[in-house]
Amino acid sequence: MTKLTHEISVSYAFIERNFNLLKRYLNWEILFFTYSIVNALTIGLIMVGRGSSRDVLYLVIGALIWGFLSVMMREVSDAITWERWEGTIEYTFMAPIHRMTHLVGSCFFAILYGLLRTGIVLAVMPIFFGKHVDLSGANWLTMMVVVAVSSLSFIGIGLIAAIFPLLSPEKGQAATGILQSIVLLISGVYYEIDVLPSWLQVLSKISPATYTLRSIRAAMLDGASIASQTHNLILLLFIGLITIPLGFWVFDQGEKYAKRVGRLKRSG
Amino acid sequence: MVVHQVIKHFYRKKPLSADEKPSFMQKVHHLFRRDKEVIKAVDTISFEVGMGQIYGILGPNGSGKSTLIRLISTLLLPDSGHITVCGNDVVQDSFKVRQMINRVSVEASFFKKLSSEENLIYAARLYGVPVRQARRKAGQILRRIGFDTKRIDEQMENLSRGMQQKVAIARALLTSPILLLLDEPTTGLDPKSKRDVQQCVDEIRHEHDAIILLTTHDMEEAEKMCDRIAIIDDGKFIAEGTAKELKSLVTKAGGEATLEDVFIELTGNDLREEG
Ligand SMILES: Nc1ncnc2c1ncn2[C@@H]1O[C@H](COP(=O)(O)OP(=O)(O)OP(=O)(O)O)[C@@H](O)[C@H]1O
Ligand SMILES: [Mg+2]
Repeated sequence: MTKLTHEISVSYAFIERNFNLLKRYLNWEILFFTYSIVNALTIGLIMVGRGSSRDVLYLVIGALIWGFLSVMMREVSDAITWERWEGTIEYTFMAPIHRMTHLVGSCFFAILYGLLRTGIVLAVMPIFFGKHVDLSGANWLTMMVVVAVSSLSFIGIGLIAAIFPLLSPEKGQAATGILQSIVLLISGVYYEIDVLPSWLQVLSKISPATYTLRSIRAAMLDGASIASQTHNLILLLFIGLITIPLGFWVFDQGEKYAKRVGRLKRSG
Repeated sequence: MVVHQVIKHFYRKKPLSADEKPSFMQKVHHLFRRDKEVIKAVDTISFEVGMGQIYGILGPNGSGKSTLIRLISTLLLPDSGHITVCGNDVVQDSFKVRQMINRVSVEASFFKKLSSEENLIYAARLYGVPVRQARRKAGQILRRIGFDTKRIDEQMENLSRGMQQKVAIARALLTSPILLLLDEPTTGLDPKSKRDVQQCVDEIRHEHDAIILLTTHDMEEAEKMCDRIAIIDDGKFIAEGTAKELKSLVTKAGGEATLEDVFIELTGNDLREEG
């Protein structure tokens, strides 16, 4: 086996394992799906009969994109939490794999899973919003490019969040949750960021979700072209180029610290 | 494998003294106190194990056996000292070392909702063992140590502790490690399975010329399997040698001392009280 195919095969181990776990916890998945669908619905329905088709779509896009970005931010961290609970983290860390390969595998799963989940919710939406939502002017290509580019920055944030459960599985999940909720507050998921106090808007400007949502709304509501979103795309790419290496570095530091003070073991 | 002057300390916040009921202020003070208690889990340990040798480590609970094994398996970084496996340092060349080792721990760490097969294939992929080969080899090992391979598709949470332990042994052997770290591998196994595992380990030592490090609370097992044995207490090796040499350390009226006599005499602990 050449080096690259070996690394790909190793990454696949994590994707396969996570899908296997997903199958075994199907009842939880059903719960999550139900929740995602109901969440997007209830938020969209707030506007039905009160605002225009555009207003409904504005909120539904917020709910859907937030769902996708949350998966990106949480999934790697959750996988580490999981391994800490099961005690398998020692075996994963003991294996002759590069941490990069390990994390790339986990991130790939996060993207696939996020797309799958959001895709299903998206497919259900027309049943409820059929006549209230008009997607005829949407530019789907722009939307997909924005999703692809912004995945990078969220994967980076996800990697940084994964350090929390590495150090403590109990407190780690809480920390990841807090980080996630701050991003929700500052990024204009359901409102424009200018309604926030000005000191919070400073944070909004560095949150990649702000640009993701702006560009996706432009694409879906106004049919914006890719070229018109160049500015946001470059910013997203730039944030991704910072957060991903930073994520790997932070994780590496966390791993070293955990090995120094003995945080990896569960018992025995 | 060479372990040279290895030290590993852990730090724990000092507990409040148990004799008096602490006042509120004492509790608050305690919360912000920075002074730590040092646990000398591994305290200046040196030894060597050669190819084809089984080295046993005996010691009371909390004496540092598992910590030592974690240091060798790159899961803990030593405070000082060096460990090398076939010339590769566990800190500097940890990737190379990880290619050569595998470990069985007391607690069988698996994804409990997944089947044994799924868990084993996950492990095989991490080690670059082709899936088909892994399936075949895992089947062979599991049958060898008396695991009913019909249950390989069952979720692991439904398997008994001993059965999980056998899967853990298969996981370690699957990757043909040069250095096999066995942390109480036979704890929880019935007598027949215990013997099967012991024979299996013995074969590996001969066939692959593997280096094997074994911790156990079973004196008979240590005596039967190990070329050399160390007794560890409070993070220090307090005796080391062949079973015979160790037994000669203690004189017992009316016959030869057993390994258990030696253990109790040297560690001042009664095995049976530990559980
Ligand atoms: N990760 C850790 N963090 C803090 N203290 C630890 C850690 N690991 C071990 N210790 C402490 O180090 C000492 C040695 O523990 P270790 O697990 O190595 O003992 P052991 O010989 O394997 O015991 P047993 O026979 O019960 O398995 C104990 O006091 C334990 O509490
Ligand atoms: Mg132990």
